[in-house]
Amino acid sequence: MQRHRHLKNLFIFLVFLFLYLPIITLIVFSFNTSPLNILFEGFTLEWYGKLFSNTTLLEALKNTIIVSVVSTVISTFIGTLAAIGLQKYNFVGKNFINKLLYVPVVIPEIVLGISLLSVYTLLKLNLGLGTLIVSHIAFSIPFVIISVRTVLNSTNLQIEEAAHDLGANDFKTLTNVIIPEIMPGIVSGATLAFTLSLDDVIISYFTAGPGSNTLPLQIYAMIKTGITPDVNALTTLMILVIMTVLIISSLIQVRKMKKEYAR
Amino acid sequence: MKNKSKFLYLSPIIIYAIVLILFPILYILFLSFQTNDNYGGIIYSLTLNNYIKIFDIVYLRVLFKSASIAFITIVICILISYPFCIFISEKKTNVQKILITLVMVPFLTNSLIRTYGWIVLLRKEGVFNSILQALNICDGPISFMYNNLGVFIGLVYTLLPFMILPVYSSVSKIDKKVLEASKDLGANAYHTFTKVILPQTLPGIFNGSLMVFIPAIGMFFIADLLGGGKIMLVGNLIKNQFLVSRNWPFGAAISIFLIVITFLLVKLYKKTGGNMDDLGGF
Repeated sequence: MQRHRHLKNLFIFLVFLFLYLPIITLIVFSFNTSPLNILFEGFTLEWYGKLFSNTTLLEALKNTIIVSVVSTVISTFIGTLAAIGLQKYNFVGKNFINKLLYVPVVIPEIVLGISLLSVYTLLKLNLGLGTLIVSHIAFSIPFVIISVRTVLNSTNLQIEEAAHDLGANDFKTLTNVIIPEIMPGIVSGATLAFTLSLDDVIISYFTAGPGSNTLPLQIYAMIKTGITPDVNALTTLMILVIMTVLIISSLIQVRKMKKEYAR
Repeated sequence: MKNKSKFLYLSPIIIYAIVLILFPILYILFLSFQTNDNYGGIIYSLTLNNYIKIFDIVYLRVLFKSASIAFITIVICILISYPFCIFISEKKTNVQKILITLVMVPFLTNSLIRTYGWIVLLRKEGVFNSILQALNICDGPISFMYNNLGVFIGLVYTLLPFMILPVYSSVSKIDKKVLEASKDLGANAYHTFTKVILPQTLPGIFNGSLMVFIPAIGMFFIADLLGGGKIMLVGNLIKNQFLVSRNWPFGAAISIFLIVITFLLVKLYKKTGGNMDDLGGF
């Protein structure tokens, strides 16, 4: 097993280099004095200053955050209720609804994008933040349901009966018993929904309207007309925020594990 | 009382499934039988012409090329992921967890932004070419992008984690004791691999291939940006029908065609023992 250890480590390193290369490039060039992104000429913070006066870019960032946060909150709410409901109750057509829920997971994003666009056009809805949010909810909900269901399946639902027997009503049972029990699934579902929303290009491309450009759409347009180095600065800041959130959440997890271990 | 909470739990999801999944797809199906009026409008009719048009040699070529690109992308992803996952699974459990998280981190930034990072690296006056020229390795700039190579780099890069995660989860499930038993019973490395490791990891590879194939035929922005508009994926074809030539019925027919292919692939996946939730779990 220990044979060729260095070669194996080299291979692992090269794959990571491949995965991180474009991100490292953008971070390095965000500090570059040359605006042309060709070779590194010198260190500057100029682009970070410029970023805060670039209203188009900031507007796109604002739209991205609004769409991601609102769609995550709504899809987490509906998805969690649905995962619980679909496990608890039987009804006519349940099988069919369950099958439908896999459709956004498996069909190519572009197909979902153009179907939603066609329906918005049919209903004469103006494309904008509203249609963007609805579209992001449309592709996020199934992922939330899958995440919550995974935890739900491994949870002992007898505690729910116990809560009922002890006199808790449906609402109390839900908020005080079921939700805390499946919290890890809800959190991972919400994280997944948020990430998918931040990462989406294809569905947003078809369902955003003039004035509701998200960051990726804005950058897509800029790549064709010429991109400015403040985009690198913004990307670097976003990576920093994401890394911080990730480190904090893994620290919390480690602490929790230690606490449980100490018990 | 019981019925009231049942209604509260289930009505949002039923409305969602019907309004945002079923209805849009039925509407696309309806559109695919209509006729385009050349001005971006629709003439109501019942025709199979849009489906017949898919089998026109021009469009068949796009479908075939896009499928081949997706297939080669899958093969490259397997060739990278498989050894990568096996090497990682030989590490300590804690290290494994950290490394797999590190695979996911770049994917928390938007795929378009990362594609832009590749443009900075690959273009004619980009980082790679500047380095090569500074070192006098070659005379003129090398075309890393605006060709097939650029599209492959972009697709493999964007879709690699979709292969790594399922392959890793199947590799890490292999019981180390079974490998030892195989060794003790006299199997050499080759036989241990083909008879023990490979069969157990095939479901993971198949899961990964499905998760790479489906986006790989649709990622029009990678073909646009790194292929320079010279390479058409099925995604570009659909996008053009909807936004450029404004022939929505034909675009709808291609979409229905894609849905049918996807469903056939998913059926095959389920038949070979695949779990549907694995397709959406990360």
